[in-house]
Amino acid sequence: MARVRVGLFVTCLVDLMRPRIGFAALKLLETAGCEVIVPESQTCCGQPAWNSGDAPGAVALAKKTIAEFEGFDYVVSPSGSCGDHIRTEYPTLLAAEPEWRDRATALASRTYELTDFLVTVLKVGSVPGDHEGSITYHDSCTGLRSMGIKQQPRALLATMKGVELREMNGCEECCGFGGTFSVKFGEVSAAIAERKCDNVLASGARAVVGGDLGCLLNIEGKLRRMGDENTKVLHVAEILAGDA
Amino acid sequence: MEIKSMRFKANAAGSLANVVLQGNLKNAKGKFVTKRAEALKDLDDFEGTRDAAVAIRNKVIDNLDLWLERFEQKAQETGATVMWAKDGAEVCRLVTEIARKHGVTKVTKSKSMLSEEAGLNQALEAAGIQPVETDLGEYILQVDNNEPPSHIIAPAVHKSLDDVADLFHKVHGTPRKTEIPALTREAREVLRGHFLSAEMGLSGGNFLVAETGSVALVTNEGNGRMVTTMPKVHVVITGIEKVIPTLEDLSTLMRLLPRSATGQSISNYFSILTGVKKPDEHDGPEHLYFVLVDSGRADVVGTDFHAMLRCIRCGACMNHCPVYQTIGGHAYGWVYPGPMGSVLTPLYAGMENSIDLPHAATLCNQCGVVCPVKIPLPDLLRKLREKQTERGLRPLTERIGLRLWAWVAQRPKLYALGASLGARYLKWLAGDADRIRLLSTAPEWTLGRDFPAPQGKTFRELYAARQKTAKEST
Repeated sequence: MARVRVGLFVTCLVDLMRPRIGFAALKLLETAGCEVIVPESQTCCGQPAWNSGDAPGAVALAKKTIAEFEGFDYVVSPSGSCGDHIRTEYPTLLAAEPEWRDRATALASRTYELTDFLVTVLKVGSVPGDHEGSITYHDSCTGLRSMGIKQQPRALLATMKGVELREMNGCEECCGFGGTFSVKFGEVSAAIAERKCDNVLASGARAVVGGDLGCLLNIEGKLRRMGDENTKVLHVAEILAGDA
Repeated sequence: MEIKSMRFKANAAGSLANVVLQGNLKNAKGKFVTKRAEALKDLDDFEGTRDAAVAIRNKVIDNLDLWLERFEQKAQETGATVMWAKDGAEVCRLVTEIARKHGVTKVTKSKSMLSEEAGLNQALEAAGIQPVETDLGEYILQVDNNEPPSHIIAPAVHKSLDDVADLFHKVHGTPRKTEIPALTREAREVLRGHFLSAEMGLSGGNFLVAETGSVALVTNEGNGRMVTTMPKVHVVITGIEKVIPTLEDLSTLMRLLPRSATGQSISNYFSILTGVKKPDEHDGPEHLYFVLVDSGRADVVGTDFHAMLRCIRCGACMNHCPVYQTIGGHAYGWVYPGPMGSVLTPLYAGMENSIDLPHAATLCNQCGVVCPVKIPLPDLLRKLREKQTERGLRPLTERIGLRLWAWVAQRPKLYALGASLGARYLKWLAGDADRIRLLSTAPEWTLGRDFPAPQGKTFRELYAARQKTAKEST
């Protein structure tokens, strides 16, 4: 059987802030037997434009991303938020242009968040990582409520002998990031993050793990401001790939 | 009601700084959420019931004029008078006229958010008619210098037991009580006299039933029954979107409303009121008026925001909203807070008067998940943001910034350069530390948290270097 050709959608935030998450995703997909291509011209999926009310900007970036990725068997992203924007929102925001809408719909059906792809499509039973220690998992909103990402990362983490999952209270509650919300209403955003961090700390886990870098930067920033220097904040790909 | 939504940000900052309010919000937070989750367990088919509820509400709002005419005809057949109010001012005028016609000097009120929209209490007072709020929460607010409600079903949820103990001691001139039963008894004693002496009762309406011309009322304190049956005149004020076709539909919606609102399988009192007192009946009003209010609702029909008219005012969206839970309802600045309020306020009170509200949400979609009539609240908030941009209502710097960013993001080489410079700049700002304490380009972020430092090079740079090394080694 021919190897599955996967286009890796790195996300603009991982590109800018945490390249190692992109490499971890690459490693996980390659280890699982995929041929992974990283289109050089990729930038952003356009979600910030769409959520800020700039429909023309969002449409332009959607078309650009579709053209870059529609040639692959699958599109995979280490983010439920960006992945869902391609999967759920592209067909909606291109509804007025039937040709583009159809291309968006075709791409949507082949677009996955990383852990969902590993579990649902590739049916991966083991991962390269050898992380030791307790973790608690933050379920990011869009991944959870729109893409149904809940058991997939937990199933993968459960294959790792050294990982002990300590669920926190309110693991499905928003961390307060909300994209541009975090810089428009910084105080409210940080106050919501504080409740999330209280729950993280109360879990007693040594690391808080999630699948979306935006939430993780928010949580890490708040933990450090609260004076916590010990809790590691990691993307699930880093743990699974053994890069953390 | 005066709209203060333009001060959302300042209001929110005030809420965050208010230690007492923060304590009260924390106490209230879990209760609604936990009780709702428990109450849904005994519902056989929540999703199926939601779908049925959506169908009922859509059936009505897709042909609103038709259903309103049916309701009007049936209500008139039962002896009621149906009146139409274009806006809040007309509500005030009509209700004042009704009161004058019947020589009313005192009006007892059961909860009505429409009355808040219209500022009816102030209008009645100006006309020399005394309005008395009889819902305990609303009563507390009325005697506390007419404070506005902060929640649509629990109007005084922002207040603590201590707050109310102090308030009653002050306004009733009685010894300070600290037990809830003692405080409620005190309120009952004050209200009893009003129930007996008021010539007119005023209520909202949870639903209007077209097939019978009835109004359905969902309450917990019994005050609704006193208000609607004791005085000789009963006035129902409600929005035109509240009509539903049949009693059967009412039973479907009632499976969802109390469960979603307070986590009750049924409210303590559930009344279906039909017509005036008949000659052989002992109680009920001699005169029944329906004041059906538009106030912006008809303009929403057929627009991108049509689905919002399905709302059955349960409050589940605000109970589950991380923003509402953190700042409370007053910060939103008008009658309706939380996600539903952030959609309704721009629609009913003006988009230009509530610039921040559609943005005052993380789009976490917890509201959409719990909404019993499946209103896609995050989508509607996003759509409002789009309308704001189209109408040029957002700050110029934000609009230019967004367009510029989207323009650059369509040009990969330029974008790669920008990202590369950005990563290095942020890394330089952090220095040896793994975080930035004060980020001048995004000061809001670092108000309450640090900004983690980037690795320093972008993924695309590192990936290109890796590909190059791999090529050279083969």
